[in-house]
Amino acid sequence: MLNTKDILETIHMIEDENLDIRTITMGISLFDCCSTDPDTTCTKIYDKITTYAKNLVAVGNELETRYGIPIINKRISVTPISMIMAASGGDPVKYALTLEKASREVGVNFIGGFSALVQKGFTKSDEALINSIPEALAVTDHICSSVNIGSTKAGINMDAVKLMGKIVKEAAEKTADRNCIGAAKLVVFCNAPDDNPFMAGAFHGAGEPECVINVGVSGPGVVRSALSKIPDGDITDVADVVKKTAFKITRIGQLVANEAAKMLNVPFGIVDLSLAPTPAVGDSVAHILEEMGLEQCGCHGTTAALAILNDAVKKGGTMASSHVGGLSGAFIPVSEDAGMIDAAVSGALSIQKLEAMTAVCSVGLDMIVVPGNTTPEVISAIIADEAAIGMINTKTTAVRLIPAIGKDVGDTLEFGGLLGSGPVMPLSEISPAKFINRGGRIPAPIQSLKN
Amino acid sequence: MRAVITVVGKDMVGILAKVSGFCSEYSANVIEVSQTILQDMFCMIMLVDLKACTVEFSDFAKALQKSGEELNLSVHVMHEDIFNTMHHI
Repeated sequence: MLNTKDILETIHMIEDENLDIRTITMGISLFDCCSTDPDTTCTKIYDKITTYAKNLVAVGNELETRYGIPIINKRISVTPISMIMAASGGDPVKYALTLEKASREVGVNFIGGFSALVQKGFTKSDEALINSIPEALAVTDHICSSVNIGSTKAGINMDAVKLMGKIVKEAAEKTADRNCIGAAKLVVFCNAPDDNPFMAGAFHGAGEPECVINVGVSGPGVVRSALSKIPDGDITDVADVVKKTAFKITRIGQLVANEAAKMLNVPFGIVDLSLAPTPAVGDSVAHILEEMGLEQCGCHGTTAALAILNDAVKKGGTMASSHVGGLSGAFIPVSEDAGMIDAAVSGALSIQKLEAMTAVCSVGLDMIVVPGNTTPEVISAIIADEAAIGMINTKTTAVRLIPAIGKDVGDTLEFGGLLGSGPVMPLSEISPAKFINRGGRIPAPIQSLKN
Repeated sequence: MRAVITVVGKDMVGILAKVSGFCSEYSANVIEVSQTILQDMFCMIMLVDLKACTVEFSDFAKALQKSGEELNLSVHVMHEDIFNTMHHI
């Protein structure tokens, strides 16, 4: 018989500590939708998504009831659209509107994959897609976009870095009347994973199967609560508790992933064992770091505490899942984390500290609100810095900045829901313009020569 | 399938009788029961087999939760696999 203590622990995690499955994401390959005519391609895309994902939301809801655990998001990721439209061409926004229509039909929260992979250079369709991103994100609600501008193998495409500074700014400007939400649906990657189930960066990579189920777990509140039970433990104990807790959280992700795959008759891909915060009280990664003993997230010691957390989450989670992938680790999105928001408001957390943290967290500079008058060159330079960290350390890094149009330091941007709210954070105003405007490519680092 | 029913709330006469009566009404077979009383809080865990259950699992769970609410009891009905998966390797 099951142990009473174990049963109550599981229920306590779900009821009081916000344990949830953050997302079931169905990856769908769109390669067979390619045709020479944009209208035909869009029809095929719509038909394929609405056929394959017809039962996705219903299955998610059924699993939620069966296991008594909330499944917050049901999402879809598709082959990067720049690859699909390479054959048919036409206006990229048309493809975004097709995805939007499909997402409404099947009832998912988001579709990711309005994407281009340009780490080494642009194809014609990559360039067309990237230039259309601000418009595409302004006229849709459920589409997420990502652009991979660098990798350890290829180096960094500085022409793309330059372009993305401008695109991020335009995405915010075009949605200035809606809290600049366009920029919150756009992420710039280095070393983007092919199987990430989390938004805004999810897409279905070229080496992925026809259709696949990837699951992202969550549970910062559970980790914090477990740590609160060992106030006098040393750091070895801290790492051990995180590891054990991550194991339990990930096991649930694996169970849901297996069952969802079985019910949808689609192969299971990966579990992304991430600690993904939400703005809700008790669901914060920053509060875990504070539970470890920091007065406030952002003080000296934060990078070390985050490194312990990130590594222990991976160690515990790896053992719990048959296939681990995606981003896997601790996310540090500022506007989506109550503790990060507080630290940013009080000035304890600066962009410089966040940049250091991204060297040891699972992704990068995420959901950071910056002044509306930030120049495209400064945004590009932040992207370049972040991509350099990813390229040299062979890890995924990303930038999701939201220029708050018409606002400055001291103001706040309110997104609401899971995206939360973010104080405008100050940036250095010294110009990197000449460096960014040089263009070209940062050569692949020596770390790439592993063969 | 087998499900775990947990009932937590203020102790009173007849909780076990009510829950097991509910199970028998829907042909859910009770396999094991354990209950404790911590101070005046009642905590019961029941493993039931729903193979012959006369309604869908979701309806069974909802109805039981609702009748628990009427008595001010917190009731959860969850597939046993979530506990097995989390706590057993």
